[in-house]
Amino acid sequence: MTERQLTYLDAIAEGLMVEMERDPDVLVIGNDVGGSFGGAFKVTKRVAEKFGDRRVRNMPMTELGFVGAANGMALMGLRPVIEVQFADFISTAFDSIVQYAATTHYRWGAAVPWVVRAPSDGGIRSGPFHSQNPEAWFVHTPGLKVVAPATPADAKGLLIAAIRDNNPVIYFESKPLYRSLKGPVSEGDAAVPIGVAAVALSGDDLTIVSYGSTVHDSLQAATELAREGIMVEIVDLRSLKPLDMDTVLTSVEKTGRALVVHAANRMTGVGAEVASRIGEEGFGFLDAPVRRLGGLDVPVPFSPPLEDAYRVGPADIVAAARDLMQW
Amino acid sequence: MTEALEPAAKLDLAYWMRLTRTLDDAIVAMWKQGRGVGGTFSGKGHEAIAVGAGYALGEDDVVAPMHRDLGCYLVRGMAPERIVANQLGKAMGVTSGRDANLHGLGDLSLNILGFVSHLPQSMPAALGAAMAFQYRDEPRIALTFVGDGSSNTGLFHETLNLAAVQKAPFVVVVENNQYAYSTPLGQQMAIEDIVVRADAHGVHGEIIDGNDVAAVYRAVAAAAARARRGEGPSLIEAKTMRMLGHAIHDGAEYVPRELLAEWEARDPVVSWETKLVGEGLISEEMLSRLHAECREEVEMAIEQAEKAPLPDPDTVGAGVYAP
Repeated sequence: MTERQLTYLDAIAEGLMVEMERDPDVLVIGNDVGGSFGGAFKVTKRVAEKFGDRRVRNMPMTELGFVGAANGMALMGLRPVIEVQFADFISTAFDSIVQYAATTHYRWGAAVPWVVRAPSDGGIRSGPFHSQNPEAWFVHTPGLKVVAPATPADAKGLLIAAIRDNNPVIYFESKPLYRSLKGPVSEGDAAVPIGVAAVALSGDDLTIVSYGSTVHDSLQAATELAREGIMVEIVDLRSLKPLDMDTVLTSVEKTGRALVVHAANRMTGVGAEVASRIGEEGFGFLDAPVRRLGGLDVPVPFSPPLEDAYRVGPADIVAAARDLMQW
Repeated sequence: MTEALEPAAKLDLAYWMRLTRTLDDAIVAMWKQGRGVGGTFSGKGHEAIAVGAGYALGEDDVVAPMHRDLGCYLVRGMAPERIVANQLGKAMGVTSGRDANLHGLGDLSLNILGFVSHLPQSMPAALGAAMAFQYRDEPRIALTFVGDGSSNTGLFHETLNLAAVQKAPFVVVVENNQYAYSTPLGQQMAIEDIVVRADAHGVHGEIIDGNDVAAVYRAVAAAAARARRGEGPSLIEAKTMRMLGHAIHDGAEYVPRELLAEWEARDPVVSWETKLVGEGLISEEMLSRLHAECREEVEMAIEQAEKAPLPDPDTVGAGVYAP
């Protein structure tokens, strides 16, 4: 049986529609999400056509306000899915997320079940404010969950799981994958559990831990490394909070080498946590130091040669892997 | 207006305001005696606003009180011992030792939302509750309190604008108590009345005497009725005075004593009681009995809270996530 192929973008839309069909408490709010427009990237276009203005609502340009309103909706039992037009703009909603939503259940026991969809990531020549990967801000915040799908199947499945979760979940979707990536996606309810990593490629020599678009850069690098006889295992984290360190450590135990790769800048990124946890919990497995690759510690630049210099690419991954194999 | 107060309601308001004042005084005394934990806040001077607004709402309506609104928690049914226990960091406190003083005193079974220190955050949260009622076509409304300080933030304006656009069943009570911590109104804003900020957003606005519980009750009941009829949000600016410091540590030496004396003469609790005595609704003797009952209720609550156990340190990680 050949499985149905969907783009990453259509998989997100399908996950949203599955949940909206199933649960009348699920609604979409955000800038430009509704009407005939359907979002800056058209993720909600079919959703708005199908469910109308009551359930897909345009908001004024007040992220702090409408994410704050989502807190109240969620406290009353609705399950708002909030689109912040670009992940870069999520900073304007920071208090509503990290102060209010993230702390409420711990403080007074009330659940805040919303999802913020954050179109993130660069490489598409969009400059400093339409290219960011700010997931580390939220991974650092107790009370939030953070996911970052790399495949269409996970894009659908993690969105379904995020909507059903009784906690605030930030869902980082990768813009460069929207239309460039197609993959098999199951029909209907195809939830992917939050907090479980996937092994995207099996190999014995070196573990690459990644998530989002750099999973695909890692797969490309692995093909080249395989020609040199270096067999790479790729762990796709999928969830950044909670982190599935068991899957990471099981892989590192097998390979003895770990390289952590993400598109976000490296400085205190998610990779720093993963690398230090491998050091603390898997030191005995290691034949080489843990290496990290990430964006440079500079704002995301616009001009192609500058952005390419900023971003991690397959060639950087190949070089780092070769280095690690020297130990 | 149909929001006239029946005699029984007038007496109710007298009870809730006196209970609030008694508990507030007792908490201040405990902290001065060193029986407190961390800091605390007094809402002295705000009783008419907190009680009057809370009393005007229906049971199913949602309210987001702040740290000056002890009376609102009480009138909405939160037991005084749970409030005192929270102040002492006890396991039986509303937040089981997780949040301080009046912060986080949320309880959905009482339709109360707990606040964060970033006070204007209560505005969109209450608005979101109102939008949920609208979405589900339920005849409920949501009310939030904020201060003059919060009215300067972007979120105050974002929320009013969003509420107006959505025509949400939402009421904002601005407790204009003249000071944001030590900063007087004249250094906070160049306008006389905060209510003009409602006008700017197309939100119905009015100014009331925040020390007159009947005025607060009438204004909130009318705003709630408008909201329930689908006529959109309202902002009520209740002018009052913060009678003690920002928090317990603060002697508020920066507030002119004459200003305090002026407002002391208009004390909301005493003036209401005097009015009811004047109307013949309550005798001096009944009033002393009411005071004694409130003292007894507060003493029992404090005793229970002080005796209650602190939380088990092993539970520190419990409840970060909802199951």
